[in-house]
Amino acid sequence: MARDIIALDPFARFRAATRARIGLGRAGDGLPTTALLEFQLAHAKARDAVHGAVDWDALEEHLPAPAIRVKSLAADRSTYLRRPDLGRRLDPSCAHLLSKGDWDLALVIGDGLSAAAVHTWAVPVVWALHMRLGCLSMAPLVLAEQARVALADPIGEALGARISVMLIGERPGLSVADSLGIYMTHGPRSGRRDGERNCLSNIHAHGLAPAAAADKLVWLIRQSLRLGLSGVGLKEETPSLQPGQGPTPGLLPPSSD
Amino acid sequence: MPVYATVLGGERHVFADLATLLACASPRRSGDELAGLAATSELRRVAARMALADLPLKTFLSEALIPYEADEVTRLIIDSHDAAAFAPIAHMTVGQLRDWLLSYDADGATLAALAPGLLPEMAAAVSKLMRNGDLVAVAAKIRVVTAFRSTIGLPGRLSSRLQPNHPTDDPLGIAASTLDGLLFGVGDAVIGINPATDNVEACITLLTMLDEVRQRFDIPTQSCVLTHVSNSLQAMEKGAPLDLVFQSVAGTEAANRGFGIDLALLAEAEQAALGLKRGTVGGNVMYFETGQGAALSADAHHGLDQQTVETRAYGVARAFRPLLVNTVVGFIGPEYLFDAKQIIRAGLEDHFCGKLLGLPMGVDVCYTNHAEADQDDMDVLMLLLGNAGVNFLIGVPGADDVMLNYQSLSYHDVVGLRHLLDRKPAPEFESWLMRMGLADSNGKVPPLGGDAAPLRRLLAGG
Repeated sequence: MARDIIALDPFARFRAATRARIGLGRAGDGLPTTALLEFQLAHAKARDAVHGAVDWDALEEHLPAPAIRVKSLAADRSTYLRRPDLGRRLDPSCAHLLSKGDWDLALVIGDGLSAAAVHTWAVPVVWALHMRLGCLSMAPLVLAEQARVALADPIGEALGARISVMLIGERPGLSVADSLGIYMTHGPRSGRRDGERNCLSNIHAHGLAPAAAADKLVWLIRQSLRLGLSGVGLKEETPSLQPGQGPTPGLLPPSSD
Repeated sequence: MPVYATVLGGERHVFADLATLLACASPRRSGDELAGLAATSELRRVAARMALADLPLKTFLSEALIPYEADEVTRLIIDSHDAAAFAPIAHMTVGQLRDWLLSYDADGATLAALAPGLLPEMAAAVSKLMRNGDLVAVAAKIRVVTAFRSTIGLPGRLSSRLQPNHPTDDPLGIAASTLDGLLFGVGDAVIGINPATDNVEACITLLTMLDEVRQRFDIPTQSCVLTHVSNSLQAMEKGAPLDLVFQSVAGTEAANRGFGIDLALLAEAEQAALGLKRGTVGGNVMYFETGQGAALSADAHHGLDQQTVETRAYGVARAFRPLLVNTVVGFIGPEYLFDAKQIIRAGLEDHFCGKLLGLPMGVDVCYTNHAEADQDDMDVLMLLLGNAGVNFLIGVPGADDVMLNYQSLSYHDVVGLRHLLDRKPAPEFESWLMRMGLADSNGKVPPLGGDAAPLRRLLAGG
């Protein structure tokens, strides 16, 4: 064992306050082997989350109702990563699956940048939302492959929904590879700008719990319907997450393929 | 409008305008492909470079890529052009400029004198004719020195930003990451936080906390909360201990409007920060971040390739005498820079162009998890930039930014690079490290035992 690897941990008292990789010790000027490999493990999880495919069949089994399957114009993951514009547009071959109705809400689950996030958190969020809808009407659920946030615009428009909501895998970090984001847009139609959406982010085991996210989302939906808008003109004012309010685990196990 | 063309193997390659020529001459990258501006074949790319090599530099003075009337960045660039500084190269083509930059005639003093005579677009153009090694070799000749409480950019020095971000701005968490970095000798360029809560009150809380840490240990460095310039202005009005004004800047008026800024606002903020007179060894009070792809992502690139429009951001930055400028090169994502090859190239271009234009250029050597890159690639870019004489690099604990969810360099990387290339921190900071017992008599920062006196001192104070 190299003499200059730190044996004690003077950072022990800080570790509860941050997930940052502090006090890793040194092998000369480099990282000690354990810290090096832990980093590589975290990066591997993040990479697998980005490049993994959502198991839509397994997901659908756990949803409250049958869903419609669509895909974007990005044919594969490599195209998806290079061409965000294609990930925002609906593949025309899917258009006939979406028929116009009269709905308050269209809910879309998109893979985004983390299949793991969709596997772990989409089902609990959908159920939590389902139980809070009250008299709000919701179009058939849509599952969207190679989806960017704005893909919910043409989908919501085609379904004739007053509001579209996209649940989507967020770009993985090293500390969290399975974080889900929610984006709400009033009057969905192609060409809506990001400033016209409201976002709830960081739904994961150390962030926002599905029930709390659903509470906030329902509040946003009702406000949006009342005001007839979404985005910067609609500030979220629901009570913030209380400490100790732990998230419930997903019904599906995380998948790495 | 003139048409540019070159004949290659019996085929005539035509480029409709200067913007098209520059875009086609650019090394391949996903952002230009996304914008539909990239050369459609490798042959066409070389044809564009051949036409560009024969282009007189004076063309850039007569042919604005974005009209003077339509864009205040163009007006700034044209109005501040120094014809006398340009005179020594006024007769050259872009290709001749490349040869001259590499020549022994172009030494550090000559290049420093040239900077005000160069338009950003000239720097962009010549960079497109240079290999990675050329970008390193020419940049290494240029020194840009700035100062506030420490002096950054001196020969034989390599400074660093300590970036102790925390997902909820937890004071203890930020303090822990800060102390960890100081033990590695990181933080002589700035201790700079990207705030999770982006409002004036939160910003003042963080500024106050950083200033207390700095004063408690008498650290000769500056702190910064990387919030919007309008928040910094309000914080200064409320008496917050603000050292540096931060702002992201881009290369067009429309893209800057997307950031919620214009040139007048930057000027107002610089004057306000100068008025606080907090610098001890110098009066550079601005900190700018830039990055290829920013203008395109704001749909405000005016048909310019992302590298050319990036250099116009340097044209904005240099008007405000910044202490620090860095490109966040790999942060923007694979739709602009797809993989490590593109990130490494862009990092070297940004550093070279910034230095050539007279900026105190640093680089956030970084990538996101959806780009085709990893820490091995960051090692390569870091080693190249170290040899290119980069003013500063950014370090986060274990290379993992837990707030912004991307990977930069680690504190280990910074200390390792300094030792490998025999570069020291800023002189004021180096003296402090020695005073604290963190650096040895050779200026090296060795590993400490867990019960070492300097460690105990810092932790007791934390």
